[in-house]
Amino acid sequence: MSATMNADTNSQKSVIKGAIRIEDVVKVYDPDGAAVMAVDHCSIDIPGGEICMIVGPSGCGKTTLLNAIAGFHGITSGEIYLDNELLCGPGKMQAEPGSDRIVVFQNGALFPWKSNLENVVFGPMMEGKLSKEVIYDKAIKMMADAGLGGTEHSFPGEVSSGLRRRVEIVRALMLEPKVLLFDEPYRALDSLTKSVMHEALLDIYYKNKVTIFFITHDLEEAIFLGHRLIIMSSRPCKPKKIVEVDIPHPRDYSVLTSPRFRELMEEAKGVVNEEAKKAFEAGEKEG
Amino acid sequence: MNNASLQASEMTGMALTMYRISTWFKSPKPYLMLFGVGFLLTIWYLFVEVWQLPRFEDMPGLTEVVTEYFSPDPIYGLSVYTPEYYQHIGISLRRIAYAFFLATVLGVPLGLFLGWSKKFHEFIFPLFEVLRPIPILAWVPLAIIMFSGSETPVIFLTFLASFFATTLNTMLGVQSIDESYTRAARCLGANGWQTFRHVIVPGAMPYIFTGLQISIGVAWFSLVAGEMVSGQFGLGYVINTAYTMVTYPTIVIGMITLGVTGFITSTMVRMAGDFMMQWRVRELALGDN
Ligand SMILES: Nc1ncnc2c1ncn2[C@@H]1O[C@H](COP(=O)(O)OP(=O)(O)OP(=O)(O)O)[C@@H](O)[C@H]1O
Ligand SMILES: [Mg+2]
Repeated sequence: MSATMNADTNSQKSVIKGAIRIEDVVKVYDPDGAAVMAVDHCSIDIPGGEICMIVGPSGCGKTTLLNAIAGFHGITSGEIYLDNELLCGPGKMQAEPGSDRIVVFQNGALFPWKSNLENVVFGPMMEGKLSKEVIYDKAIKMMADAGLGGTEHSFPGEVSSGLRRRVEIVRALMLEPKVLLFDEPYRALDSLTKSVMHEALLDIYYKNKVTIFFITHDLEEAIFLGHRLIIMSSRPCKPKKIVEVDIPHPRDYSVLTSPRFRELMEEAKGVVNEEAKKAFEAGEKEG
Repeated sequence: MNNASLQASEMTGMALTMYRISTWFKSPKPYLMLFGVGFLLTIWYLFVEVWQLPRFEDMPGLTEVVTEYFSPDPIYGLSVYTPEYYQHIGISLRRIAYAFFLATVLGVPLGLFLGWSKKFHEFIFPLFEVLRPIPILAWVPLAIIMFSGSETPVIFLTFLASFFATTLNTMLGVQSIDESYTRAARCLGANGWQTFRHVIVPGAMPYIFTGLQISIGVAWFSLVAGEMVSGQFGLGYVINTAYTMVTYPTIVIGMITLGVTGFITSTMVRMAGDFMMQWRVRELALGDN
């Protein structure tokens, strides 16, 4: 047990896995022949272990891009690589969903019919590689680490939405994924819970270095969490501006009041507002 | 921490039931219910026996029915003291049990596959939708021709309506499952069969039990229809013969018995549902507070 843990930390020190390369990806939805271009020749390079925040106007195609990485639908052209291995591209337009890239959904997708603990052990139990005791021990330990002790035997519907989100993240981490894909996970939370969740997420991240692909509408959240902000253009989706957040990690909430944070906010806000306006005007024309 | 989990599991069993019963008695519900029943009985008594309103004068009166029902030596041959009474109930219950069991065992898997597989759906569902609207009474002649004896046609008729209700609701249950759940399962490495077992089946469970609730209701409905047409025992038969033999109090005895047994069976189905879906019970209990 301890030997394997040592091996784990060693490999983490050398190279953090989970680099995602998106190359020239195009996604056209074609319902009833009316082609909607959701993603347009989009290229993004995310190094392993980075928190990459994706910001863009509503309906621009962010979820579409995330679903392509997760393997929920195919792409029209282009390639996506994970650690230089082709996920999807010519010859195989849809990636196979797998436990190396786990999605935390916009509305949450804990199974309401399983207790929190049963949810957390779901992945490894399905995999069936480890014994039940080992899996449950690990799950209870990870839940305790994430401040979820005592909620193991409650059902997701019985705990607050903030705790549910945390359970969902722990469920994902149980499989030691290389990439976590977040689709606006905190959209429905109030700002107080949100700030608690941000610190909890960073806390979990510092313990388990994974690549995080995080979609959000909230600029403050984006700058607080991310190493980098990728601001997307209005539909079709394509990186418009990349903002490097040069505030060192580990961060806590004092960062929010620092002058550098304000500067970055101003810089990002200008671009985002411009794109939001474009999206709105495009909507007016279509409507 | 351990304490909390212990409490939670205890609350799901006996304690929870006792707690619910005690709160029920403290709420106005049981008294309102008694008041409702009392009101109906009073109206009945007044209309038939005191005022003897036109169109009500031939109806059996409250006192007549009650004396007959609880008489050790009933005038028309059926009361709580006669073994035949329980024989009729037993036979009706047995038919319901067979039909409901068959409908569940066949309907739930069929519904699950109809919702799960697009191809299977396209293949079977149109046929299903043509057969479903045919009223149970229209099946009676065919049932009598197809099956020999008096028992199987009645069971078949009872089965049919239940089967359609169960299958349709199960299918809707599968279709109602949020796509995020199946996607999450696949992300977490579940294969097709595991997704079916851990996501599709439990996810459809609330609809399945709604279906079973409807199923047990329509089972009684079509059972009585079947027993009135063919069959030599059972509560539907009791009511029908009482009508032809002009023994009116027995009709009311049959009806009350049907009402009570029907109510008990659907309560049993609901309790089975609550038992199998603790997560829902506990979620809803939170919502109530
Ligand atoms: N299955 C689909 N078929 C056709 N068009 C679709 C489909 N899914 C999404 N779209 C369209 O593609 C565009 C991008 O959608 P997407 O969900 O990726 O946007 P988004 O950036 O995630 O938006 P939001 O911020 O509101 O979640 C939208 O205009 C949407 O209408
Ligand atoms: Mg979206």
